[in-house]
Amino acid sequence: MPEKPKIAFYWCASCGGCEESVVDLAEDILMVADAVDIVFWPVAMDFKKTDVETMEDGSILATMLNGAIRTSEQEEMARLIRRKSKILIAYGSCAHMGGIPALANEFERSEILKYAYEDAPSVINSQHTYPEAVYQDKSRKITLPVFRNIVRTLDQVVDVDYYLPGCPPTPKLLKQAVLTLLSGKLPPKGTVLAPDSALCEECPRKESKPADLSFEHFTRPHMILSDPEKCLLAQGLICMGPATRAGCEALCINGNMPCSGCFGPTSRVKDQGAKILSSICSNIEAKTEIAIDRVLDEIPDPVGTFYRYGLAASMLRKKIAEEV
Amino acid sequence: MSTFNGNGQSIPKIGFYICHCGHNIASMVDVDKVQKYTASLPGVTVSRDYKYMCSDPGQELIQKDIKEFGLNRIVVASCSPLLHEHTFRVATEKAGLNPYFFHMVNIRENVSWVTGDKEAATDKAIDLVRAAIQRVFFHKPLVKKEVPINPDVLILGGGIAGIHAALTIANAGKKVYLVEREPTIGGHMAMFDKTFPTLDCAACILTPKMSAVKNHPNITLWSYSEVEKIEGFVGNYRATIKRKPRYVIEELCVGCMDCIDACIYKEAKYPDEFNLGMSKRKPIYIPFPQATPQVVLFDPDTCIDFKSHRCKKTCIEACDRDAIDLKQTAKYEEINIGSVILATGFKTYDAKFAPQYGYGRFPNVFTSLELERMVNASGPTSGEVLTKEGKKPKSVGIVHCVGSRDEKSNKWCSKVCCMYSLKLAHLIKEHTGAEVYNFYIDMRTPGKGYEEFYDKLMNEGVHFIRGRVAEVTDWALAAEEENKLTIRVEDTLVGVVRRIPVDMVVLSVGLEPREDASDVRRMFNISCSNEGFFLERHPKLAPVSTFTDGIFIAGACQGPKDIPDSVAQAGAAAAEVLSLICAGTIELEPNTASITEEFCSGCKSCIPLCPYSAISFKEDTKKAYINEALCKGCGTCVAACPSGSIIQNLFEDEQIFGEIEGLLRFAGIDLAGSETKGKELEHA
Amino acid sequence: MPEENINKKWEPKIIAFFCNWCTYTAADLAGVSRLKYAPNVKVIRLMCSGRVDPQFILQSLASGADGVLIGGCHPGDCHYSEGNYKMLRRFRLLQRVLRSMGVEDERVRLEWISASEGEKVKTVINEMVDTIRKLGPLGLPGKISVYDKDLAELKNEIDTEIEVDIKPSGKEMVEHA
Ligand SMILES: Cc1cc2nc3c(=O)[nH]c(=O)nc-3n(C[C@H](O)[C@H](O)[C@H](O)COP(=O)(O)OP(=O)(O)OC[C@H]3O[C@@H](n4cnc5c(N)ncnc54)[C@H](O)[C@@H]3O)c2cc1C
Ligand code: SF4
Ligand code: SF4
Ligand code: FES
Repeated sequence: MPEKPKIAFYWCASCGGCEESVVDLAEDILMVADAVDIVFWPVAMDFKKTDVETMEDGSILATMLNGAIRTSEQEEMARLIRRKSKILIAYGSCAHMGGIPALANEFERSEILKYAYEDAPSVINSQHTYPEAVYQDKSRKITLPVFRNIVRTLDQVVDVDYYLPGCPPTPKLLKQAVLTLLSGKLPPKGTVLAPDSALCEECPRKESKPADLSFEHFTRPHMILSDPEKCLLAQGLICMGPATRAGCEALCINGNMPCSGCFGPTSRVKDQGAKILSSICSNIEAKTEIAIDRVLDEIPDPVGTFYRYGLAASMLRKKIAEEV
Repeated sequence: MSTFNGNGQSIPKIGFYICHCGHNIASMVDVDKVQKYTASLPGVTVSRDYKYMCSDPGQELIQKDIKEFGLNRIVVASCSPLLHEHTFRVATEKAGLNPYFFHMVNIRENVSWVTGDKEAATDKAIDLVRAAIQRVFFHKPLVKKEVPINPDVLILGGGIAGIHAALTIANAGKKVYLVEREPTIGGHMAMFDKTFPTLDCAACILTPKMSAVKNHPNITLWSYSEVEKIEGFVGNYRATIKRKPRYVIEELCVGCMDCIDACIYKEAKYPDEFNLGMSKRKPIYIPFPQATPQVVLFDPDTCIDFKSHRCKKTCIEACDRDAIDLKQTAKYEEINIGSVILATGFKTYDAKFAPQYGYGRFPNVFTSLELERMVNASGPTSGEVLTKEGKKPKSVGIVHCVGSRDEKSNKWCSKVCCMYSLKLAHLIKEHTGAEVYNFYIDMRTPGKGYEEFYDKLMNEGVHFIRGRVAEVTDWALAAEEENKLTIRVEDTLVGVVRRIPVDMVVLSVGLEPREDASDVRRMFNISCSNEGFFLERHPKLAPVSTFTDGIFIAGACQGPKDIPDSVAQAGAAAAEVLSLICAGTIELEPNTASITEEFCSGCKSCIPLCPYSAISFKEDTKKAYINEALCKGCGTCVAACPSGSIIQNLFEDEQIFGEIEGLLRFAGIDLAGSETKGKELEHA
Repeated sequence: MPEENINKKWEPKIIAFFCNWCTYTAADLAGVSRLKYAPNVKVIRLMCSGRVDPQFILQSLASGADGVLIGGCHPGDCHYSEGNYKMLRRFRLLQRVLRSMGVEDERVRLEWISASEGEKVKTVINEMVDTIRKLGPLGLPGKISVYDKDLAELKNEIDTEIEVDIKPSGKEMVEHA
């Protein structure tokens, strides 16, 4: 019997949702487990780094790595896994574009540490103790991963072959991806394994969007009782759908919530936030600066809105500030 | 990401040419250095410099290289693309290469002419060239769009310029719509008695042209009309003309004026616009005897019947042709035309804005235009020059440059005032024998026969005092100033302040853009220069063209000018129009946008953005679609498509990103398409 | 390139996007009138300010521009009637995004310059170059490559340990170039 292909899963800066999504394959997971050998999956099975190190380079067919990269340990693991895997798949929004953890790129490392170790209401740290990368205690040297000053996407650290988008990717896309891998008919490197048009394409409310939509006001989901049938943009809710890859089958829309963009942009767009901004603003009704600003005031956190998942992959990547 | 191979495109072999433009570029940009630098860039096969790239030998150089080296991209660094892009595209095409593989770098207007330091200029030129080299990698062959030219022409404004242009084009056998806002054509010239420098009678030379317009089979004259709307593009404009109601059926009225005599008002009571309020007219009137068309009109604001419906309407009874129709409403005509000439003329400076000269305050201060009417035999005084008291003035002062050459009003020289002031001086002297004083800053009489006219005036005993008049006052300081207007001026030739008492003052008001010039400009999508006159495409080489193809300008709407110049421009504009018509078709920039249907999500964001409604939603595919014939290539939808599914030819995202990268850091493009751009293909 | 950076003192780099019909023409006029202005602004010609994709602005900044100038026709004058309003709206929101991302307002400027305002091209450019000179360099992509140094260091460590070469991703290569 020929050897089954080896598959691995790994996680970096992530919430665990991606791992959950693998489990969400439900019965299909058995199909996967039948077809492949899972050789490394820290969340579910007990493996050590050394186990991986002893594997032959390129011996894993594919690794699905989720989570953004913030620490030196994550960098190290990403590199190790890269070397061991023929195919590396950035799994989920965080590995793909930085995801929610990358919103931290709006702040400096020092600000974050200060908040976490001093200012947060639940913290008492009168001695101002901060974690240090290397701690020398007599003859003992203790090291901690270095907390970098920038959150990175996986492909900003190592070479990535494919991307499986979503927060998290849907079981359907995962299943398709695994089948593709097993079939050996690989798409061009760099492909995002989801449709290359925007979410509106598969949105159940598409019909209800008027062709002459212009914005006089914006609102937010908690501020209105939104019509569950009507295009959310047409109700003044910022929906990222037009600038976001399809493939999720409009999960959020079906939950009566606007798309927040987790599938990232289409292949033709380099900066998802810039594009949705361009599209939405172009269609604002107002013509004077004052009137335009009044409408824009209704989008209180534009970076958090337009770059919720994509800040690390955006053109600017990180807030420009002095500290390094 | 595209690869050059992947796109079915050839690997770039770029030919680069930098032009010295004589010394225009070479004196500020180190042409040799740029040329050598560029030669080292990836993809560049040939790099040369040449004295005049736009000359025949320059163009041949490119053509030869295309053939010899199989060049497939051409970059020329020279002047502005607005000037010579076309030249080089044609040259490229002649050598068998698609013209849109050409790109132009502006290192003259944007570099050598505006930079003071040679090193900085050279560096800037290098950056710009690098951007262009990086850009042309992404160029694609495009098909030229050709559209037919509708041979009908719209001319706006029936002054001498509009009249002349209309006749020229109509005589060539083409159809003209002449739209004039006032009830009659003729413009300013119709108000004059004589014209400088020949002193020939304005009416004698203008009236025949006016009636020729009226009677020409190829001219449709719509007076008392305005353009409401115009849309379309060169060769294919569609305009809506509003014909304001005269309350008289134009086709029936023969201009016998019986109705005017029959009007219930026995005396004319209302200020006559054509005579600038210096005489009166009735509610039914004709602007002046030779008005064209010879059709009376009602002034609804003063006609009793319009106000109370209680007039006996003796006018209607008097008209045996039943031409009067008090229920007439505005009529809208829709016309299709291929080109437009704007000849909307000027207005004169409002002398009230120069209060020191007392216009409006002293009854005997007149504007030059009022005097033109006064000296006119058919004017309010039947050609007599009279003070408000009805007396012949014994002395008259003519103040030049009112509202011209002045920081506080208009900075420009109005060009015709010196000459018409001389003309008026002559006519006043002729009509009254008065002493005439001309107060001038500089005497400007360039033109054929103009200086001679000035000489003639000096010999006629007209006084010339050099100095800008400080004020006109009725405050007498000496006995001879009693009951007179005193002109206070520093005579700069003698260096003394003089006070000259006169019976009448004439203000030589300058020429200004019309009040609605900027509305007209917007409607026709052209620009204005700083002062507000219509802007020509090029001050020397395209003086009657505008930046909008198919829209031309002629006469004083482009800037102050006299009749000979207005007529010359009108002829030039007519020639431009005729050359368009004779060509039959025109090439449009193929810079239109298109939607890749496969990618479009049907989000409809782009649809309301298009100013030409070129984008529609296709119900069958549920995707957006651009009608290329309607797209004018602004690129607004391209910038706004949130999924990047719209492409604009010649301004593709990749081309612009290429320029950006090229300007800032040459990332370099891998020719084989294997490295930065082509990874995806090699794999798998 | 590196020697150049050391020898020459820093000069603001500004990219301008000018619409064909007004501002680009005005820049030509400035040229024809031989007005002299700072050489730091390099113009990319687009048909209309409505074509300015916010990505162009971000990409410019990310690739090393210290400022971006957008020039269009005055309100109401756009050759395509309203492209400039569309740009204005994008600009207002982009400014807010940029502010949150640590980019000073002055670095991205939108100006209405009509075809006849050659003089304004000169003043705006000179003013902007002055302002940016005072602000100093924006620092991209340098700042990111500084962060990437840790990355490279760690990589070296691992590589020397295990002696396997891992190709860095394309993005980094570009930044070091
Ligand atoms: C006091 C005075 C004396 C002059 N004397 C002489 C002289 O002796 N010799 C000489 O060579 N030059 C003279 N000039 C200059 C001369 O008046 C101009 O050169 C000439 O009138 C320019 O002709 P035009 O057709 O361009 O404009 P205009 O004569 O102003 O005609 C423009 C026409 O367009 C119409 N129009 C305007 N706007 C619109 C619109 N939106 N829609 C439709 N129609 C519109 C107007 O009603 C008008 O009929 C004199 C000027 C002045 C002020
Ligand atoms: S904006 Fe783009 S995706 Fe949306 S309908 Fe238009 S072309 Fe299609
Ligand atoms: S490029 Fe401009 S004119 Fe063309 S379809 Fe798009 S918005 Fe309309
Ligand atoms: S053409 Fe100038 S801004 Fe639109």
